[in-house]
Amino acid sequence: MKISPPESQFKNPIINWIDTRLPIFTAMNEAVGTEHPTPKNLNYWWNFGSLAGVVLVIMIITGIALAMNYTAHVDHAFDSVERIMRDVNGGWLIRYIHMNGASFFFIVVYIHMARNLYYGSYKAPRELLWILGVVIYLLMMATAFLGYTLPWGQMSFWGATVITNFFSVIPFVGEPIVSWLLGGYTVDNPTLNRFYALHYLLPFVIAGVILLHIVALHRFGSNNPLGIDVKNDKDMIPFHPYYTIKDFFGLSVFLAIFCVFVFFVPNLLGHPENYVPADPLSTPAHIVPEWYLSPFYAILRAVPDKLLGVLAMFGAIGILFILPWLDRSPVRSAHFRPMYKVFYWLFIINMLALGYLGVQNPEGIYLILGRACTAWYFIHFLIIIPLLNVIETPKALPKSISDPIFSSGSSELGATTPRGQK
Amino acid sequence: MMRTVFILMVFSLFSFSVHASDPLEKGENKSWSFLGPFGTYNKSSLQRGLQVYTEVCSSCHSLKYIAYRNLSDLGYNKEEIKAFSANFTVMDGPNDDGEMFERPGRPSDHFVSPYPNVNAAKAANGGAYPPDLSLITKARGGGADYLYSLLIGYKEAPDSIKVLEGMYYNKYYSGNLIAMPQPLYDDGVVYADGTKASIEQMASDVTEFLSWAAEPEMEERKRTGIAAIAFLLIMAVLSYMAKQQIWANLKKKQT
Repeated sequence: MKISPPESQFKNPIINWIDTRLPIFTAMNEAVGTEHPTPKNLNYWWNFGSLAGVVLVIMIITGIALAMNYTAHVDHAFDSVERIMRDVNGGWLIRYIHMNGASFFFIVVYIHMARNLYYGSYKAPRELLWILGVVIYLLMMATAFLGYTLPWGQMSFWGATVITNFFSVIPFVGEPIVSWLLGGYTVDNPTLNRFYALHYLLPFVIAGVILLHIVALHRFGSNNPLGIDVKNDKDMIPFHPYYTIKDFFGLSVFLAIFCVFVFFVPNLLGHPENYVPADPLSTPAHIVPEWYLSPFYAILRAVPDKLLGVLAMFGAIGILFILPWLDRSPVRSAHFRPMYKVFYWLFIINMLALGYLGVQNPEGIYLILGRACTAWYFIHFLIIIPLLNVIETPKALPKSISDPIFSSGSSELGATTPRGQK
Repeated sequence: MMRTVFILMVFSLFSFSVHASDPLEKGENKSWSFLGPFGTYNKSSLQRGLQVYTEVCSSCHSLKYIAYRNLSDLGYNKEEIKAFSANFTVMDGPNDDGEMFERPGRPSDHFVSPYPNVNAAKAANGGAYPPDLSLITKARGGGADYLYSLLIGYKEAPDSIKVLEGMYYNKYYSGNLIAMPQPLYDDGVVYADGTKASIEQMASDVTEFLSWAAEPEMEERKRTGIAAIAFLLIMAVLSYMAKQQIWANLKKKQT
């Protein structure tokens, strides 16, 4: 039999009255407040999670403002965007924030993911936290692609044509699936309408998955640069005020850099072709995706067969889901993994190379390099990562975050001990 | 070490050209007054550019996203804009009798297009559609420099290139053969302010004008940007100081 819960302990009587009946203040306190213990040694790479959350909020707010002035119709979409740019008060600012916000959302999330890979945050017991993150990343790519269609410029139209065509490679049902996605045989008004509806929906789905991501995070708390488990209270500090102020400082710097793009080079990350209204009768000389999808476009084009190319592209993202089980090394942080550290940076360079190759014409040296980089991407995950567990000798791990004494063995202390393996 | 690598990573993200480049001769790089974080448009150049557009370009090219009232950005007052817009005939209607009718332009009207629709424009130009110029500097890689180069790029075709009927040789156009005949000739317009109307002068003025047409918000945008970034940098310094102070307590507690 459950007895009524205890009265909350807030000083302010109104807050206390509310919290006793609806514990939102307790929930906030446990999420980002004094009741959320956090490892005390997090470096600035740990800023990017909360930063991504802030960018999502910026995107939703500017997006709703844009939606109030946008017309989802093939005859009016391009004009309505120009109307926002020229006649809506502050419209150019809202649109440039939204446009560049998409790019910066990906920059922040890519850094967040790169930090995760470096410090092994995806390992037990945080596998589901990582998988939810990959789900968010997938949803972001879908949302960004749908949003890029809305201005109805040349790249919008032809990008939508190319990407929806991927599904035509599915045996037997490919063509019907493409028609079903497009609402017709080609990209046209029904396509624009459904893309708009979905572009408005998906950010809220992302917000929902982020909620799960945070619940999963709070189960075991943040990983840390040493990658060892926290041992006691000495290793922990409350999230507020230590990380709230640190995140706020990081946010200020981020926004300053963001503003350089929004106010001074707002079209640098876009493509000039998208200021030409969509014309189904004239194909642009080069159809290129936005830079943040470029590495996967490079993988797609590296494979000569259409079906295998699409499989490779989706496989490249799908492989991230099983990463926690590919990497069996018990040590999380690359700090203590001399060989992994080298391969990590090779992987980062390889990703940047793929991003570069994705916007080049796939011929000559670019095609050869594209194939080499694509091969390396899969070799890294499928061969190198599992192999390192066998051949690598990790360095000695410290006993605890606050204790600088290093233990002699590395396998036990602080290392992840996957259940059933020990 | 990590920091250096990170900085390099961020820069390499942006340093490579996002746009696939066209294989054409590198155009002129002019030092436009509107470049740079404090750049502004040159008003007398804008006014001359409007004259070049009106007297030359507008016979084929529309400028549909610009309204006559926007010309106040060029330094014209209300009366001048009213008089300028009245020079154009606008198709309006239907009126109470259901008829379309013609009337003189008003400041609230958008620039009148030379052709009633795209097909009419194509029919009058041998099948090639003269694009709307409202966004032209944003819609072409190379922007203002490209447009300027194109306008002064009409040269004698080298023997190796065969110029087809209805096409013209241009040094800077992708493929070198363009359907637009050379639009600018020395003294093609008589400037109201007495400036000598050389090809380069007219190309420069009309490019400045069309850059404004593509980004009329540019001056306000940059001004706002300076203020926003100044504010954020101060906020960053203050929050960094606050952060140092809060974390200092922690270090004291532990020693």
